[in-house]
Amino acid sequence: MDIVTPGFRGRRRERDRALPPGQYLAEDFPVLSAGPTPRVRPEGWRFTIETETGETHAWTWAEFLALPAETPRVDIHCVTRWSKLDTEWRGVALDTLLAGVDTAADFVMAHSFDGYTTNVPLEDLLDGQSWIAYEYDGEPLDSEHGGPARLLVPHLYFWKSAKWVRGLTLSHADEPGFWESSGYHHYGDPWREQRYQGD
Amino acid sequence: MGRLDWRVARLAGHRDETPTARTLLLDVPGWPGHLAGQHVDVRLTAQDGYRAERPYSLAAPSGGDRVELTVQRIGDGEVSPFLTEEMRIGDPFELRGPIGGWFVWRPADPAPVLLIAGGSGIVPLRAMLRAREEVGSRAPFRLIYSVRTPEDVYYADELRTPRPGVDVRLVYTRKAPDGARTAPGRLGLAELNSHGWPAEFAPNCFVCGPTGFVETVADLLLALGHDARRVRTERFGPA
Repeated sequence: MDIVTPGFRGRRRERDRALPPGQYLAEDFPVLSAGPTPRVRPEGWRFTIETETGETHAWTWAEFLALPAETPRVDIHCVTRWSKLDTEWRGVALDTLLAGVDTAADFVMAHSFDGYTTNVPLEDLLDGQSWIAYEYDGEPLDSEHGGPARLLVPHLYFWKSAKWVRGLTLSHADEPGFWESSGYHHYGDPWREQRYQGD
Repeated sequence: MGRLDWRVARLAGHRDETPTARTLLLDVPGWPGHLAGQHVDVRLTAQDGYRAERPYSLAAPSGGDRVELTVQRIGDGEVSPFLTEEMRIGDPFELRGPIGGWFVWRPADPAPVLLIAGGSGIVPLRAMLRAREEVGSRAPFRLIYSVRTPEDVYYADELRTPRPGVDVRLVYTRKAPDGARTAPGRLGLAELNSHGWPAEFAPNCFVCGPTGFVETVADLLLALGHDARRVRTERFGPA
């Protein structure tokens, strides 16, 4: 039975499309991080993909910027309930980065420069579903929002879009990342409202 | 009933902290308990089924079925004006939790603690101070609390009461109290250096407040030599 709170009406807005359940539209771009913002200089930046056999593929900042880029326009949904529609990014599709990588793995752990980790099934990163993004709204991605580059997996809650990403490890084993070990949902689909373990 | 099932909460009382912030005392039958620093999800449902959900930090340590939240009213917010102005004693709504296992103080941890709050960021840190007292912990605590003016201080009486092992430093950014020795100004390196713990003491640092505040303070803590792994942050946005 629904518990109706007397007197509560809410402030509804007309929108042209629905938000995932429990989300509201944010005008600004809130920041959520578990610790200090690491300041990563492009000179020291390297992005590494390590396969389940230990084979590594790495790109320097210059090599990374030379890869074909895309400009996805996507909606993003944070587990803390704000959503932001039609955000514009520029970055390299994981399809591009993984094209020359030989793997039979099903699972990916994203690692960040601050030690943060998050897990994603490999199939959720492929087929135009994810990018390593380095521009937001036409500007270089600032460090608060994960610059120089962050993972962008917009169809999952935004904690999966690891800020300050430094690499991916591919694995046969499905391990939990940082928030996933701390009570948050293993997969994190906003449309199924998978916020926490057990949702 | 699991930790993440929605429970019925009823407003049992309230206390105004400032002209724009109110502590809600809630009765939540069957509340499973929580750690200081955790938060809950609040869900309000209108007569026609329209719903709004928001996260709020728990303002006090676990104590039976009683749960405290302190809500800062955001002028154009959808939920906070209702919670702080319109909800009446006895009114029901839904709540679930506790949520979050990172930004928490564990009572068994004897390490020194440095709490740094900006504005409404004091809420989960106040729960940690209260938890320390309730369990009789001797972990040394320091709180640096940045507010705009003396009228913006939450839990003012509590924070004025001296407690052994707890140092409280208020920093006023716009207007200092009459007779204050320090002019108003932003929390800076000198203040953190004098009123925080030295990095060598390896304190657990909890920083909570608006994004810009948290970014600045976390950077300053690193500059003072604190280990990034010991600096836990929580950023508050408007809701």
